[in-house]
Amino acid sequence: MQYYETKDLADFPNIGEWTSEEAGKFFDYYTKATGEGKLSEREKSLIALAVAATQNCPYCIDAYTNKCLSLGVDKEEMMEVFHVGAAMMAGITLAHSTQMRKIVKKKEM
Amino acid sequence: MDPQDQLFALDNLCLPKFIDKLRANGQYPMPAAGVDVLQMNICRKCNLFCKHCHVGAGPHRTEMMSKQLMGKCLEILRENEISTIDVTGGAPEINPHLEWFLDNASLLGRRLIVRSNLTLLQEEYRHFIDIYVRNKVEIVTSLPHYKEDGTDKQRGKCAFTTIVEVIKQLNARGYGKENSGLVLNLVHNPTGFYLPGSQSALAHEYKSRLLADHGVSFNDLFCITNMPVGRYLEHLQKSDNLTDYMAELAAAFNPSAAENIMCKSTISVSYDGQLYDCDFNQMLGLPIESHAHVNEFDMDTIGRRRIVLANHCYGCTAGSGSSCQGSTDKAEK
Repeated sequence: MQYYETKDLADFPNIGEWTSEEAGKFFDYYTKATGEGKLSEREKSLIALAVAATQNCPYCIDAYTNKCLSLGVDKEEMMEVFHVGAAMMAGITLAHSTQMRKIVKKKEM
Repeated sequence: MDPQDQLFALDNLCLPKFIDKLRANGQYPMPAAGVDVLQMNICRKCNLFCKHCHVGAGPHRTEMMSKQLMGKCLEILRENEISTIDVTGGAPEINPHLEWFLDNASLLGRRLIVRSNLTLLQEEYRHFIDIYVRNKVEIVTSLPHYKEDGTDKQRGKCAFTTIVEVIKQLNARGYGKENSGLVLNLVHNPTGFYLPGSQSALAHEYKSRLLADHGVSFNDLFCITNMPVGRYLEHLQKSDNLTDYMAELAAAFNPSAAENIMCKSTISVSYDGQLYDCDFNQMLGLPIESHAHVNEFDMDTIGRRRIVLANHCYGCTAGSGSSCQGSTDKAEK
């Protein structure tokens, strides 16, 4: 058995196999949250792609790359999304240096 | 690629047969529901050589509908209440009898559509803009992407710039403008091996981008799934995408889109007068069940015929559905 097989993406609708009520509510919420609202479906798909990238989820990267393509997003725009994700992750990491610096400064004589 | 080879390639994949999918949903056999659209493929010759073309059209093709057969179509239209006349190709303008046909067809007072690639209207065929205006022809043109790169990759170098220039001329004549009575609709086909997205979302994007970047407008956007037929099928095979693409189409099967599938209300006439359920069946050599020719047109039997279906039909029933008028799922429209 392999981890992260491409064909597993097609299994996503079956996550409610043993908890259909909870899964049904999740899918209702998921559909509403990612569908057109004040933000367009296109904008939400780009956000989802950034989250997929930063969370290292191959299924979501596959799903949202395809969705972005289907909504006319071009490769340069998608690459910019990855840079936003990379910059955010770098910024988040560096912002946590505050914690380290505070501790170091408190411990220094 | 030979039609038999295409059918063989589509029939030998690890996916449920389209007919079995319909049968499981109680949708097979599928009877026609009259004839609302008479679609005429009047030539396979084209000045372009697009990667997504299911016709396999190009400058090398020679098939051309005769004036006599076009006259027969007019006769059928006069005798039957068929609301829409849909002229396609190839590049229809190349057929020397198109002007004559349109001048006569417009007298019937039906919805009259020509699927033009527009690029020909820049030069030798410029006069067709006048012909289209005077006959109030609804123009449908394929613009795979609202950016130059995507469209040119699919339709060839400079296609985007030329199409936009012709749209500017059409806009100046009233096409694509509200209440002008002159309709210009664009077609979005994915510029790769994936399904089209939401028609309303893409229409919003096309309208705002084309207006902001090029100052052009149009009426509606039709999202059409690239059919695994003709040149597109060859590209799917060469790029090793056929299995994945067909699996994606089959996984996205939508019974509601199948219910509204365009072939139920369309009859397609080929350059030689043979009748088909749709343009795709035409290119795959799958005539209507009775194998009738346009000279044997009988509304009673043709309007109740059983549609000929095969695995390529997954292309029309995936997601929001796909037809020559865009999405077929009423929820999406």
